[in-house]
Amino acid sequence: MTATIASRGTGPRPRLQPTGWLRYFSFSVDHKVIGLQYLVCGFVFYLVGGALAGAIRTELISPVADFMARDVYNQVLTLHGTVMIFLWIVPVVNGAFGNYLIPFYVGARDMAFPRLNAVAFWLIPPAGLLLVASYFITGAAQSGWTAYPPLSVTTPATGQIIWILSVLLLGGSSIFGGINFIATILKLRQPGLKLMQMPMYCWAMLGTSILVIASTPVLAGTLVLLSFDIVAHTGFFNPALGGNVVVYQHLFWFYSHPAVYIMVLPAFGLVSEILPVHARKPLFGYVTMVYSIMGIVVLGLIVWAHHMFTSGTPPWMRLFFTIATTFIAVPTGIKFFNWLATLWGGRISLNSAVLFSCGFIVNFVLGGITGVALAQVPFDIHVHDTYFVVAHFHYIVFGGSVFIIFASVYHWYPKFTGRMLNEDLGRFHCMLTFIGFNLCFGPQHWLGLNGMPRRVSEYDPQFTLINQISSVGALLMAISTLPFLWNVIQSAISGKIAGDNPWNALTPEWLTSSPPPVQNWAGETPLVEEPYGYGVPINAIDLSATSGRDLWRSGK
Amino acid sequence: MQIPSTILTLVLGMVLVIGGLWIGQTINFLPTEASLNALIYDQLFRVLFTIGAILFVGIVGLLVFSLIRFRRKNNYIGDGVAIEGNLPLEIFWTAVPAVVVLFVGLYSYDIYDRMGGIVPLAHDHVNETQEQKIWGGVGSRSIDSETVSNVLSIEVTAMQFAFLFHYPDGNITTGELHVPADRTITLRMESKDVIHAFWVPEFRLKQDIIPGQPTQLSFTATRPGRYPIVCAELCGPYHGSMRSAVVVEEPDAWQSWFSSNTKLT
Ligand code: HEM
Ligand SMILES: [Cu+2]
Ligand SMILES: [Cu+2]
Repeated sequence: MTATIASRGTGPRPRLQPTGWLRYFSFSVDHKVIGLQYLVCGFVFYLVGGALAGAIRTELISPVADFMARDVYNQVLTLHGTVMIFLWIVPVVNGAFGNYLIPFYVGARDMAFPRLNAVAFWLIPPAGLLLVASYFITGAAQSGWTAYPPLSVTTPATGQIIWILSVLLLGGSSIFGGINFIATILKLRQPGLKLMQMPMYCWAMLGTSILVIASTPVLAGTLVLLSFDIVAHTGFFNPALGGNVVVYQHLFWFYSHPAVYIMVLPAFGLVSEILPVHARKPLFGYVTMVYSIMGIVVLGLIVWAHHMFTSGTPPWMRLFFTIATTFIAVPTGIKFFNWLATLWGGRISLNSAVLFSCGFIVNFVLGGITGVALAQVPFDIHVHDTYFVVAHFHYIVFGGSVFIIFASVYHWYPKFTGRMLNEDLGRFHCMLTFIGFNLCFGPQHWLGLNGMPRRVSEYDPQFTLINQISSVGALLMAISTLPFLWNVIQSAISGKIAGDNPWNALTPEWLTSSPPPVQNWAGETPLVEEPYGYGVPINAIDLSATSGRDLWRSGK
Repeated sequence: MQIPSTILTLVLGMVLVIGGLWIGQTINFLPTEASLNALIYDQLFRVLFTIGAILFVGIVGLLVFSLIRFRRKNNYIGDGVAIEGNLPLEIFWTAVPAVVVLFVGLYSYDIYDRMGGIVPLAHDHVNETQEQKIWGGVGSRSIDSETVSNVLSIEVTAMQFAFLFHYPDGNITTGELHVPADRTITLRMESKDVIHAFWVPEFRLKQDIIPGQPTQLSFTATRPGRYPIVCAELCGPYHGSMRSAVVVEEPDAWQSWFSSNTKLT
């Protein structure tokens, strides 16, 4: 497809690497293989987490605790939260797409530390299995994914300790990943590619990795102290031994608030790649996008105590965190307006990737609005720890990140496999997910405002109807994964052949074959200085040359 | 590209704002207001809801409009216009949200002040003997500004899975909170085991009850009735059933309840 394909072979291939599909079950060091390993492994855990969500929603169909024992409910709830965050969203938006795309975007043939990269991935399956196995061994942890002491110190210890171990492994995995991304973006960037020319996802991953490295070690340290409290009966957080339970909350949220941005910033990056391609327009406001990412990183690190407005937090602290949190709306707002402006005046094809991205915009705007409301201390005091919060964070993590994960799969599947996904099934999947999602989580705002606390298996009978509506929405969401699964498997076998660049995109991963060769490019690495250079005058376009437009130059 | 004329934008903007105001004023998602705090809270809620509705409808409207207006028609090939940015526009949509959130922040600060939240940490006036810091919930102000005699102090003890209320004055202990309407109540709360939270949705009040670290909360109930007290912090298997009730009575009725239960010493 380009004039630069030279016959340099595929470069040195690591020894002892299986080929074909078997390499996805091996300790491969190829960033593309690792990326897909993250993706598929994450999706498997999504199904696990989804089944747990189904169990939760089944219990909540009736106001009494009749579907499972009360302590089992708390285990299921804890597992659901932990699996969804640590084994699905974080690994997929960071690990999967980061590994697959970042080397392409900076013009590298692999990540900076390929073996560390493989280690980072291979920590995940054992950690996940450990977590799920704890349920069958002695019962899983039951203190919620936040593991607040003293509850986490007084509930059965085995499950809690396994939970800590598992989260530590997953945290280690993300730190390794973060180091690798920063090194790859800053050090392996092709000569000639300026920072301000990188595709936006690189910036998002740079910001995310800074957050990961700044905050994850704090979580790890905290959990180690917590495990001392549990097994060695130390008193860091145990008030019976002179400890302070609120200190744990500060330390925990110092990681776990940034964790929200670790889940959504990469999604912001991905949607910034998807929209310009399908709207055939340059990404609007590149420079402000970059600044807003960095603004979110800085603000994201100083807002954690907004999770603790009712924890006896002194008034001055409540005010500081209210103001800091409220201001995150500004950089976030800029991003949304930029995406709308990217669509404005485009030639938008309404395919599954775009529909999921637009679903994301709608959901995230709502989640963001309730987020700004929650940042106001007086407002939060009423709805903290209620279903309003459950609704809010699912609008962020599911309506935001998960919608973008799906959009990204529809967008990059042709690159992963060389085949197209079925668009009709894709649009059906999108509609069903969007309706199910809003039916499930929309009414929960009302539940929270009117008096239903979260993390309960039994509730006031006046909330029965709304909970049933919510459960029907959950059922629709569960059903909506079926066309997706079918589509992904069926298309891999007999989907339409995609060609190298089915979307006529300009970012570098499309300027190689689909799926790409081991070293990413058979010939020399193209230098893409304008990843968003869309907008050649209409009618002046030479169809046969779309993938070879002069907008990008290759080689030197 | 056709940008709608300025007049049209203006009209649409006004419709949006008026619609938002209307939505904010008419739709009420909240339960009964039964405390002074609730009245203030609901004002904030209406403001947030109005702003939220305007933003949501505006953004989603813009999105849906662009999707329809700029969709790629069948077998149409070619790109959109190559606009990469527009500085005045970007300044505009940085400045406007900044002003909006600044307004929201200041307004909620004012609300918080009116709820009595903005005072330095209160020291325990009841048990002056122990030099103990009490970490304040909302409404610590009223304790300081009102005469002590007018305030009814109650001690709350939370444990897995019940609330206990103790009235030091009459030496009454109950599982149900009885309070007179229109009088400032101060709760001094402590937990025996894990963290619990005291929440009365109709009062719009919540405060964690933390072991080893007493907290306090004060409120004035306004409307006689019976309202649920809900534990809002995961505290173990029976967390969902950790509920009680607060009974708000007219002062006379409350007084007779109080006297008939007072333990004579
Ligand atoms: C895919 C992304 C999802 C993520 C990241 C996620 C995350 C979480 C988290 C962190 C919790 C809190 C757990 C805790 O309080 O310890 C939670 C609770 C819950 N989730 Fe999800 N979830 C996801 C999807 C779903 C889906 C699809 C459903 C519905 C079918 C669902 C239903 C629930 C319910 C009912 C709760 C219980 C809330 C409570 O009682 O506090 N979640 N989720
Ligand atoms: Cu409790
Ligand atoms: Cu509880």
